[in-house]
Amino acid sequence: MRMKDIPLSAWIGIIGILLAFFLAIFAPLIAPYGEREVVGEIWEQMSSQYLLGTDNLGRDLLSRMIYGARTTLFVALAASVLSFSIGIFLSFTAAVTRGIVDQVLSRFNDLMMSVPTLIFALVVLAVLPQNIWILITVMAVLDSTRVFRLGRAVALDVAVMEFVEAARLRGEGSMWIIFREILPNTLSPLLAEFGLRFAFSILFLSTLSFLGLGIQPPAADWGGMVKDNKDGIIFGIPAALIPGGAIAALAICVNLVVDWLLRRTSSLKGGRGDA
Amino acid sequence: MPDDTKLLSVKDLKIGATIYPPGEDPQDIGIVHGVSFDLEKGKVLGLIGESGAGKSTIGLASMAYGRGGIRITGGEVLLNGEDILKLSKSGVRKLRGAKVCYVAQSAAAAFNPAHKLGDQVIEASLKHGLMTKEEARKRALYLFQVLGLPNPETFGDRFPHQVSGGQLQRAMTAMALCPNPELIVFDEPTTALDVTTQIDVLAAIKHAIEETDTAALYITHDLAVVAQISDDIMVLRNGHMVEYGTAQQIIEAPKEEYTRALVNVREMKKAEAQDQSDVILSVDHVSASYGGHFKVLHDVSLTLARGQTLAIVGESGSGKSTLARVITGLLPLTEGTVSFNGEVLPPALKQRSRDHLRRIQLIYQMADTAMNPRQTVGEIIGRPLTFYEGLRGKAKRARINELLEAIEMGDGFYDRYPAELSGGQKQRVAIARALAARPDLILCDEPTSALDPLVAEGILKLLMKLQKETQVSYVFITHDIAIVRAIADSIAVMLQGKVQRFGPKSKVLAPPFDDYTDLLLKSVPEMEIGWLERVLETRKMESAGN
Repeated sequence: MRMKDIPLSAWIGIIGILLAFFLAIFAPLIAPYGEREVVGEIWEQMSSQYLLGTDNLGRDLLSRMIYGARTTLFVALAASVLSFSIGIFLSFTAAVTRGIVDQVLSRFNDLMMSVPTLIFALVVLAVLPQNIWILITVMAVLDSTRVFRLGRAVALDVAVMEFVEAARLRGEGSMWIIFREILPNTLSPLLAEFGLRFAFSILFLSTLSFLGLGIQPPAADWGGMVKDNKDGIIFGIPAALIPGGAIAALAICVNLVVDWLLRRTSSLKGGRGDA
Repeated sequence: MPDDTKLLSVKDLKIGATIYPPGEDPQDIGIVHGVSFDLEKGKVLGLIGESGAGKSTIGLASMAYGRGGIRITGGEVLLNGEDILKLSKSGVRKLRGAKVCYVAQSAAAAFNPAHKLGDQVIEASLKHGLMTKEEARKRALYLFQVLGLPNPETFGDRFPHQVSGGQLQRAMTAMALCPNPELIVFDEPTTALDVTTQIDVLAAIKHAIEETDTAALYITHDLAVVAQISDDIMVLRNGHMVEYGTAQQIIEAPKEEYTRALVNVREMKKAEAQDQSDVILSVDHVSASYGGHFKVLHDVSLTLARGQTLAIVGESGSGKSTLARVITGLLPLTEGTVSFNGEVLPPALKQRSRDHLRRIQLIYQMADTAMNPRQTVGEIIGRPLTFYEGLRGKAKRARINELLEAIEMGDGFYDRYPAELSGGQKQRVAIARALAARPDLILCDEPTSALDPLVAEGILKLLMKLQKETQVSYVFITHDIAIVRAIADSIAVMLQGKVQRFGPKSKVLAPPFDDYTDLLLKSVPEMEIGWLERVLETRKMESAGN
């Protein structure tokens, strides 16, 4: 594939994501102040000293935004990727093997989904030790129930196609059928779902943070920063809008890239030919 | 001829569309290039050609309709002297369903499943205010009788799913005839039907056209069918008119090379192998059922000799595809045995060894769905090579090239996706995939029934060539007797899950016949004017239940 085939919208998305990654990786070098450092008054205006002003505790908002990119990006992305890996693998296994395996997995999935996600997360996170890996895993497992539903539905449609039957006739194992025959034909709906789920992950993370079970203060994350500063809006302080805007921008960037990938995966000619 | 006998007159019709190739400017392409014909009252014109010939497009243009994105760019379509292409939208609405009606290929898809047939048949007549509900019902009853539908009085009370495919197609013809139109466009009305059903529908349509004195455009790809029903025939190819003349002239004295090829397409014959003793596949007293209740196969026994072809013939629902699934192990049999190379095969797919699987390959009817659309031709053909023989890298590539040569396609197709191939090419790739396993037996499940006649002939010739070269045996499932004559050494005729007749070709196709084989053989349209009448004389419309 050539670079010039990538449409402008996808470039915007790619650049946005790369920028976020750049900030996340080099945060200590770029940020003018420390993540937890109280440097000024509460909710100071934007100035040359504090480019984006200060937050509800007088910490530099820009610095916290930059550090926040680390946790937000890492946790949301890792949770989404993990939830899709779990969801796709299990749902495809269920769709391909059918019978008792399908029943057990599907009913277990129903069971998981019958408990409200937030309450489930609160209970589990309250019991388990507070650590970022456990947070990611819990988010991923809860999210994977949705992916499972979608994955099983799309995989069932493909699993009855004759080319899958032809693969079975050849004697192929389940792994080949799942990853080589079915997955490439179900990428489009799954990618579209990924774009959505990623945005939800960021929101879910911020919800958990707000309830004190997500990212633990004083560590910064964008969702948490919205919650921290939301009271400022009443006084005309824009501090909450900045991390909010960043979340929106990141979600849009991810979806721009997903849209482009979607166009490629929905093409039956390997992305050549039909535009 | 005086103008008032001319019902439809198409003059220099040009139809185009705009395509949008990526990275290039949009281009206008022509789909129909200046076609002209005349149709008189009460006559039938057959439009014939392969897919993409523009025959349906012309048919729809006669109703002033263009399918998505298609534009009528030039010419005139005169109906009773009036150019219907120049009509306003409301003028066109008055025309369609009243003066010009349409019969689609798939009646099952064209009827609304939620309404009774009778209501749908008279709907257009009522909408156009052509008759009262009483009159319309009367006319529908008359048409049901003319079309030979069973219980015409109550037929209209049924829902589309309660009648068979052949009946549904006739109901659709009744729907088209109901408003007493001047012109009917038939778009491949019998293509999706079994031969035994097709003949009934053909006879019914012909009878109804004569009875109601309507003119018709009859679109099909089967020259033998159109020869029975048309007065004139126009042969089309790639939007150009190839030949236009009376049915008699086209069938008996075709002028153009292409028409001759179409007329002669069923001439292929294979000499039957004499020695059929070296048995490779033997099916003994096999029964099978879906879900344990509904028995599809009853006590089926047949054999196939090495390097030869066994044709299994029968109409839809006769269990011929099910038999193939039993042989492959996809549907485990409930009674009997399947022996292969003298060894009894385990009934279920999972119990069979990789070598068993390799030796029996299956070619599907629809090559479209039988190949993963996300894999290139190279990957599709290459996988069995890696899977069974462990070939990789250069050796694999060389063997793929060899196979691509064998199916007469060449190396250039290596990187293509199935969506970038034509129907015939797709089926060739499917054949190459089967061959890649170096099988002893290939089960062919109607591999040519979705293809145009000339393309299908090419596939059959290829299969025969490959049999000669590799000594592979075929079980060839088909409903087309002409194909059976062309390729089979032995034949099994199936009806309702039972083998009706089995033996070497010369014996099966020679009298005395049982009733069903007789019906089947007589139902295959022959490239001959007056065949339909001749057949109908010898057999009453007793199978109107179809």
